[in-house]
Amino acid sequence: MSVLVFVEGLNGEIKKSSLEAASYGSQVAQTLGTSATAVAIGDINEASLARLGEQGISKVLYDADDRLKQFVADAYVKVIAKAARQEDAKVLVFSYTNIGAAVGSKLAVRLNGSLATNVTALPKTDGEFTVTRSVFSGKAFADVALTSDVKIIGVKKNTIDVTSNAGTTANIEKFSTELADADFAAAPKETVMQDTGGGVLLPEAEIVVSGGRGLKGPENWHLVEDLAKELGAATACSKPVSDMDWRPHHEHVGQTGITIGPNLYIAIGISGAIQHLAGVNSSKVIVVINKDPEAPFFKAADYGIVGDAFEVVPKLIEAAKALDK
Amino acid sequence: MKILVCISNVPDTTSKINFTADNKAFDKNGVQYVINPWDEYALTRAIELKEAKGGTVTVLNVGEADTEPNIRKALAIGADDAIRVNAFPKDAFFVAQQIAAVAKENNYDMILMGKESIDYNGSQVHNMVGELLGIPSVVPAFKLDMVDDTTARLEREIEGGKEVIEVKLPFVASSQQPMSEPRIPNMRGIMTARTKPLKTVEPVATEAKTEYVNYSKPEKKGGVKLIDPENAGELITLLRNEAKVL
Repeated sequence: MSVLVFVEGLNGEIKKSSLEAASYGSQVAQTLGTSATAVAIGDINEASLARLGEQGISKVLYDADDRLKQFVADAYVKVIAKAARQEDAKVLVFSYTNIGAAVGSKLAVRLNGSLATNVTALPKTDGEFTVTRSVFSGKAFADVALTSDVKIIGVKKNTIDVTSNAGTTANIEKFSTELADADFAAAPKETVMQDTGGGVLLPEAEIVVSGGRGLKGPENWHLVEDLAKELGAATACSKPVSDMDWRPHHEHVGQTGITIGPNLYIAIGISGAIQHLAGVNSSKVIVVINKDPEAPFFKAADYGIVGDAFEVVPKLIEAAKALDK
Repeated sequence: MKILVCISNVPDTTSKINFTADNKAFDKNGVQYVINPWDEYALTRAIELKEAKGGTVTVLNVGEADTEPNIRKALAIGADDAIRVNAFPKDAFFVAQQIAAVAKENNYDMILMGKESIDYNGSQVHNMVGELLGIPSVVPAFKLDMVDDTTARLEREIEGGKEVIEVKLPFVASSQQPMSEPRIPNMRGIMTARTKPLKTVEPVATEAKTEYVNYSKPEKKGGVKLIDPENAGELITLLRNEAKVL
């Protein structure tokens, strides 16, 4: 038996979220007294693949089929299922991204496995195999027993530290899978990446600066953007802001937007309705800047400034500029 | 066009989440249930497509009798009929099996649901249904249009961008904003919903593959540290030296 980790790439590199999954997988392998193999698909360079050794991966199966450079669920699942059978994988680990969720759900059916997504901690393996997952939009945790022979785990982003054993490299083995045209029936016709203007992508960001209605209009967003730029952060917004089209929908964090859990979340002019908190409550440190001392967000914050954003934020930008980077 | 929309019954977004004294189950006491907000985008888009192109919208819920008020609400919003699979939704695999069983008997052109439920946040059922039925699943889609009678064009969110996908019917897709603008039922809708067909069927035999054994709540935060707005720059120093996040 072994542990198999599915890693995703972006522009030749392995995504940080996948490094977290690899770290998780190799720790599980260690507990179970076995080794961790990664299966990699798509546009990832060999140096990055070999570096997975630093996360404890001993072997990487790499399928370099050009058709897999873009994500196609059915084709990816076929590749990973083949790798799982070849390696006799009893535990499969992936990062709970949109791609990971699709792959994991399909594999659970195909391999007759138990699946838990949104997982926040390493499993307990004495007795039943149990993982902890985030539920009720971050308001609670649940311990879930995975009762099938094959256990599939989707790790929530930014909850597992990336382990690093510098200098250790993984062996790369070429891996190919016979794929039919039918596996590409839902292949994208077109992929459009957001223009972040050289900035940071929100779902992968470790620091996020977010603005709400308190900023009064889209013309004032330079405050959010300038602070984000100084801190190397991504920008986000509240639901009313995206509903009014001040900012694009993909920046909306909250219950019905995207869920993030960065190391630092700075909320400017956001009152902190429970629906907004549901999208950000797993952030490690929360800063709230609001002129209303009664804003509910202060209850969930680690640091707060009661003050006018138009006066406070320029001071923060100045202080951030002075930071020794 | 025959559209199946799967809805789940979830605690209202403003609910305080509590568990029973032994932490083994969710405490329903005093909790208001709503249609899962993500599912509402699917429901409204299905109704819009029906209004534009003709066809029927069937609502499906896997749940016990107490979910019926929200099934009626979906009918009041504009679905034509409803099916309730009479079972407690034990886990995603169990629910996906029930949906697939209903779908196999009815030949739907598309099966829609929200990208996840706001209670268990699993994001599993749609892709499992696609896999069980052997049809494509496009998740999470935020735009859905028909190109012609047999092909749909969807836009799906990926980390950092979007993909445009064209698929032949039948397919599964999940919804999120801004796929549609959810509607509030009007008086006429509420009146007609009472007489629309709501069929109850028994579940097919299948095992759940996971078991929820315990619940807990996150530790409470230690309280907010307030910084004088005049010295706002001090925040940056604290974030670097105390919180160590910069």
